[in-house]
Amino acid sequence: MSRSLKKGPFIDFKLERKVLAMNDKGKKSVVKTWARASVISPDFVGHTIAVHNGNKFIPVYITENMVGHKLGEFAPTRTFRSHAGNRR
Amino acid sequence: MARIVGVDIPNNKRGEIALTYIYGIGRSRANSILKDAGVDRDLKVQDWTDDQFGKIRKVINDSFKVEGELRSEVQMNIKRLMDIGSYRGIRHRIGLPVRGQSTKNNARTRKGKRKTVANKKMATK
Repeated sequence: MSRSLKKGPFIDFKLERKVLAMNDKGKKSVVKTWARASVISPDFVGHTIAVHNGNKFIPVYITENMVGHKLGEFAPTRTFRSHAGNRR
Repeated sequence: MARIVGVDIPNNKRGEIALTYIYGIGRSRANSILKDAGVDRDLKVQDWTDDQFGKIRKVINDSFKVEGELRSEVQMNIKRLMDIGSYRGIRHRIGLPVRGQSTKNNARTRKGKRKTVANKKMATK
């Protein structure tokens, strides 16, 4: 079931606050976050956000197209290195 | 045999069914098109008049994306997912189910024909 429109998208409050502060000062630095469920808001575009994948932080550079997706979609949690004998 | 929106040639079936031969039109849309065009949905395509053809073409052109245009839109959406490197895009790239289905067994629609592995060990009891 999709999220109620009344609430609007879920954007991690602390992360948004940090990004907006950076926007005000006009500087960019990598922000670490565990908020994989947070929606990418238009304010994030152009920033690099390090998203935790359960093991380490994956730097994600946010582009225009990513708005509306969630941060976790860009930091895969599983590693899969093809089956043995699957060469070519 | 009649021609509507480019290549499609729905044959001598009832209008409601014949229109579903067009990519992007199912039963529900076929019905609403025929309703808007004022054509009885049980009328066979061969019995349509040129006037009715015109109306049906107009309704389809005005209100729906069909065939090539729709296909390219779908492709563009998939390409966008792949370009931004999202999880769904990655799944499209490696040809596995995109919406969280189990892949331990089955999932043959996405994975294609079974690739048998020689000398694969059977589970030991």
